[in-house]
Formats: sequence, C-alpha cells, structure tokens
Amino acid sequence: MDFRLSEDDLMIKETAADLAAKRIYPHAEKWDEEEALPQDILTELAELGYFGMLLPEEYGGLGLSTVTYNCAMEELAAACAGLMITLSVHNSLCGEAIYRFGSDDLKKRYLPDMAAGKIIGAYCLTEPNAGTDAASIKTAAVKKGDSYVLNGTKAFVTNAGMAGIFVVFAVTNPGAGAKGISCFVVPKGAAGMTIGAKEKKMGLKASDTREVSFTDVVVPATNRIGDEGSGFKTAVILLNNGRIGVAFQSIGIARAALTEALKYSKERRQFGQPICNFQAIQFKLAEMAAKIDAGRLLAFRAATMKDAGENVAMESSMAKWFCSKTCNEVANEAVQIHGGYGYMKEYAVERYFRDARVTEIYEGTTEAQKMVISRHLLKD
Amino acid sequence: MKKEHQEYREKIRAFAEEKIAPLATELDLKQRFPNEHLKPLAEMGLMGMVVPEQYGGTPVDTVSYSIAVEELSRVCGSTGITIAAHNSLGCFPIHKFGTEEQRRQYLPRGTGGGELLAFALTEPEAGSDAGATKTTAVRKADHWLLNGTKCFITSASHAFAAIATARTSAAPGVKGISSFIIEKGWPGYDMGKKENKMGLRGSDTAFMHFTDVKVPLENLLGNEGDGFKQFMITLDGGRISIGAMALGLAQGAYECALNYAAVAEESGVKLSEEQAIQWKLADMATEIEAARHLIYGASMMKDAGVKFSKESAMAKVYASEVGNRVCYQAIQILGEAGYRTGLFPAERMYRDVKLCEIGEGTSEVQRIVIAREIIKSVTG
Repeated sequence: MDFRLSEDDLMIKETAADLAAKRIYPHAEKWDEEEALPQDILTELAELGYFGMLLPEEYGGLGLSTVTYNCAMEELAAACAGLMITLSVHNSLCGEAIYRFGSDDLKKRYLPDMAAGKIIGAYCLTEPNAGTDAASIKTAAVKKGDSYVLNGTKAFVTNAGMAGIFVVFAVTNPGAGAKGISCFVVPKGAAGMTIGAKEKKMGLKASDTREVSFTDVVVPATNRIGDEGSGFKTAVILLNNGRIGVAFQSIGIARAALTEALKYSKERRQFGQPICNFQAIQFKLAEMAAKIDAGRLLAFRAATMKDAGENVAMESSMAKWFCSKTCNEVANEAVQIHGGYGYMKEYAVERYFRDARVTEIYEGTTEAQKMVISRHLLKD
Repeated sequence: MKKEHQEYREKIRAFAEEKIAPLATELDLKQRFPNEHLKPLAEMGLMGMVVPEQYGGTPVDTVSYSIAVEELSRVCGSTGITIAAHNSLGCFPIHKFGTEEQRRQYLPRGTGGGELLAFALTEPEAGSDAGATKTTAVRKADHWLLNGTKCFITSASHAFAAIATARTSAAPGVKGISSFIIEKGWPGYDMGKKENKMGLRGSDTAFMHFTDVKVPLENLLGNEGDGFKQFMITLDGGRISIGAMALGLAQGAYECALNYAAVAEESGVKLSEEQAIQWKLADMATEIEAARHLIYGASMMKDAGVKFSKESAMAKVYASEVGNRVCYQAIQILGEAGYRTGLFPAERMYRDVKLCEIGEGTSEVQRIVIAREIIKSVTG
C-alpha cells in the first residue's frame, strides 16, 4: 500500500494550490459576503480546464482519475468551499451523469461545452419532501409521443441560477418505486421551468442554491439519460462521486482551519507567551491533525477503489461521514483557538465553521451514510 | 422549582413570544440592533434585575434572572446577550462597587429609560489574559486621563455609559488595574466600526478607542487598584447569565427540531419514529435538563451568598457546550432545510450559541477556573 501521491497527482495538486492561493483565497471572504461568484473567476477556471476535469480529452476534458481530481478539489475547498462545490456538482455529478450513462448524441451535444465551462450543470434530485429517501421523489415525467412532460419541484439545487443544463430525476413509472425513476437533461429556458430566488444559507454562500420547479415542461425522449427506469441506479452510482467529493471538501476545509489555528496559536500571546505553549492548545492541535489525516486516508481509499472499478458504496459513505464529522470538529476547535476573533468575519475560521456544517447534511446526511454502512455490514 | 419561579417563567415567556420573537429573524438578517425592544424590556423590569427599587430597579433573585435570560434567548439570542450584558456587566458592578452618587447618577437611566450600560474589559492583546490590560488612566490634578483600545464590547455604540478597566499604576500584573465609569459623548471616547459577526447579529459589538479622555476623579469605581478583583466578581455572575443564554438557545433549537420531527416524514415514516432521531432528541432533552440544574444551582449559591466561582464556571462551560451540541443536532434533524437562513430558528441559534463558548471567558478559561478551585481544595 502506497500512501504517497504520484508525480502527476502532486503536480495537479500543486497547480490547484497555487491558483487557490493567488486567485481564490484572497477573495473568498468577499464572495461569502456577496453571496456570489464573479464571472471572471469562472471564466478563468474554465480556461484552465476546471470544468472538464473528469471528462476525457475527446470532449475537451482533462480526463483525470478520481484520485487526481480530488487532490485538486481539496485545494480549492481549502480556499473557498462554495466555489469548490460549484465545480464539484458540475464535474462529478452532471458531467459524469451524461458521460457515464448518456447516449452518444447527448455526449456530443453537451459535453464539449460543459468541458469548456460554456454550459454549467445543475443536479436536481432532492425534493422538499424527499431528502434522505431519494427513491420517494414525486416529480413526474409522463411520456407523450417522443417526449416526456415533467411536473414537480426540486429543492436545494446547487448552480441553479447559472446552469445551462439541469440533470433531473423524475418518476416515469409510478408504483415501481426506485425502479420507476428516470433521469433527464433539461436545458435552461425550457418552457414551464421556474428558477427560484437565491436561497440564504448559513455557509457555502458563494455557491448558488435555489428551488427549481417544472410545470408541464416538455423534454424530448432523446434527452433521457440511460434507459427508462435506470435513474435511481444512476443516482446511487453518482452519489459515490458526490460523497467522495464531500469527503475531500471536508478535508480541505478542515485542513485550512488547522492551518489558520496553527498560525494564530503561534502569533497570539496571552499570559506572556504564545498560546501554542499551553498544553490544552497543543492537544487540540494534535487531535485536529490526526483526525484530518485519518479522514484523508479514508477518502483516498474510496477514490483509489473507485478508480480501480470496485464497488465503493460503503467506503465512500465511511469517508464522507468521518471526514464531515472531522471537518466540523476541527472548524469548531479552530474558532475556539481564535477566541473572540474566531467569531468575526475578518477571520477565515468563521467562514470555515459555517461552511463545515453542511458537509454532514448534503450528499446524504450522516444518518444516511450510517444506514449505507450498516446495511453493508449486516448484509451477509 | 418554586411556584413563583414557574409563574415568572410563564410571564417572561409570554412577553418574549409576543414582543421579542417576531423580530428575531429580521435582526439577524439585517444586522439590526433591536432599539424598539428596549422600552418594553424596561417596562417588564428586565433592565434592572440586579438593582434595588430605590435606583429604579426591579430586583429579582438570581434564579429568576437566569430564567429571564433563558426565556429571551429561547426566541432571540441577540436580545438575550444585550440584556445579560446590561444587567450582569453594566448595572451589577455600578451597584456593587459604586458610590451612592454613582448609583443615583447611572442606575435609574439604565433601568427605567430603556438605555443600556456596557462593560469594557477585553482588549486586542488582553482576552483570556484580562490582567494584561494595556489601557492606561493617569491621574492629573482634577481628572484621570484615559488612553487605550477595547474590543468586542457588547452594546458599545448604544450604551450611554460604560465601565472601562485601565492600568492606573506601574504595579505589575493585576494589582495596578482600576475601573472607571465613562460616558458616551465625552471628547476622545470614540467607537470603532461595528463588528460583522457569525451570529448574535442583532447585538451591537464594537471597538472603543480612548484618546486623552478626561474622566472626572469621582468616576473611579470603587478603590484604585481594585479593578481586577471587581471584574472577577462581576464575571462570576456574568458567566451564569451566558450559561442561561446558551440554555435558552438550546431550548429554542430543541423545540424547533422536536416539533419538526413530530410532523416531517421520510418514506412515509415520521422522523420521530426513527430510533436515531429519538435518541438524538433524548440526549438533547437530557443535556438541556442537566445544564438547567447547573445554572439554577449556581444561581441559588449566588443568592445564598456563598462563593460560587467554581459553580458558575461549571454551569457556563457545560451549558455552552450543550448549547452547541443541541443546536448542531437540531440542524441535523432538520436536514438541508436546517442549513437555510431565516427558515427555521435553529440555523440562527447555532450561529448565536457559538459565542457562548467564547464570551465572558472561553471554555478553556472556565476549565482553568474550575481546575484551580478543585485542585486548591486538596492541596490547600
């Protein structure tokens, strides 16, 4: 077992870290306050290939492995978790949905523009009354001739305000449960589609989250991703990508919080000495670092297995749960080490604390991860 | 719990729900100070809870005071901390350590007119190590000359007067610190910018700058050199109120999650029927009850006139950590809806309650206080 990254992984990681340090981290506080990402950073990321990280070169992508891609994503998350999730939804959910499960026609139509960042993807699975139990979605897709007619509402849709395409899960066969769900590409501007107002969130404020509703939206059958009824299976496989992504996002946030806490603890003097001289602070730092490393190893195990084509349902849930929990614990201690300053928005740990909270909620709550893990443990 | 305390709680709860709760979300969203709350709060007697009637107060015992802060915080943390700081840190030291003249001059304005008092102790370089105060007060013929900077002062810009600590002699350490009552509008007494905080966004937190502020000799509070002793006594009481604030926020978030779990369904099953959710709720309720006992216990000791430094530190550290855990789990039960700002109060309360682990002595400082007391009990 090799715990070191390859030369290629390191190069991508360092390139992303350099970009994050120069172009992202210095603005992250402002983007958080403004609750938006400016177009210029999106354009710059697009030019550098960040919108086609997982897509193969034939579509203009970089063709990175799960491991390499997530090396870069950890770096971006450490600088601005809201920007990272914008790219993550686009790359690992929307791009992958079309590339792994879509027809050649869909791939040719959308992937080159997606890889170039000209079309951004939004992923519409969760509904107001279907969160943890994704199989209970109510959005309906009724076949009419060569088309489907979509009706329903999706909640917490990342990228909704900037997306060019929406990957939408809907019920094509009511009564068939999970096997009655199909997946569609709905282009922006489709008649009957309403994009809600930008939602106010505790954190990840740079990212764009909205409700999206469909009223008699006509979608050509050629926009269906995969076979009718295969939607839920697609969602479950993609969720592994999402979970590994959130695991690395969590590690990125946590690592950034630890970096700030280490720096502050060496600079801040109380009782005549730097506070890092106090054992209580030293032990906090030690625990933070050990938990981050443990989490990163879990995340790398899941990513490595995925690249090897193995089933990673349990491993990605373990990584997601542990990393997100760690992220919140570490961000909390980082604020604590900063004292009153940690509660103020000028200090990055304040943002990390708010950003961290969602990692135990989205892409399946902690409770959902534990359901997956225990189901695997108990199945034999 | 005595009948009179139960009745007092019912009275304050009804007031808080009618007058305070409706504005809580707006104060948070707009970072707006609740000016319009002050008069009704004064009319309810909540501005002079630690002040005798002859100075305009409405004295109640410490258990009742804790109940009042708890009930206000249960609906609005910003109002809770504003009232806690005004009573415990503003009114209390003036009454406890002030001359008859000082009491008559400052307390009636603070208790009856809906005007606030502030307490200026913390400095950029003197947080946990409050004895490291750098602000100086130099004695001149007919005044003290005050110079220095205070930070994170609750109600700084709204208070008509504040108690400020300053070094009055070159005596090293804590012996050379004295306190003064200073008035808003005096030349050289300026407010810094309002802090942009993670939570408690309706409360006013700012820097104070003193540049050659002339403080009349009679505005020295108590004896010269007693400042450190005074604020240690003041903080013992203040800690109970921050604990009560954390308790109220925990109670508010817990009720929010409990009510949600009782109606929300996943896969046709109510959340409250899921064992994982039941256990969370059981732990939340148990920990809240334990925190409540610690806070009322410390309150009763204060009322009985016995030393309660250890007990108030225990109540504060425990209640604030319970507050954070409970608000965290309340959001977890709400899921993605819990991460949205302005939808459910638990999101605001989670950001608010983090301050309780930091303000009026961090959790780390409480543990120092507790350890000192318990180790002293065996080593003498």
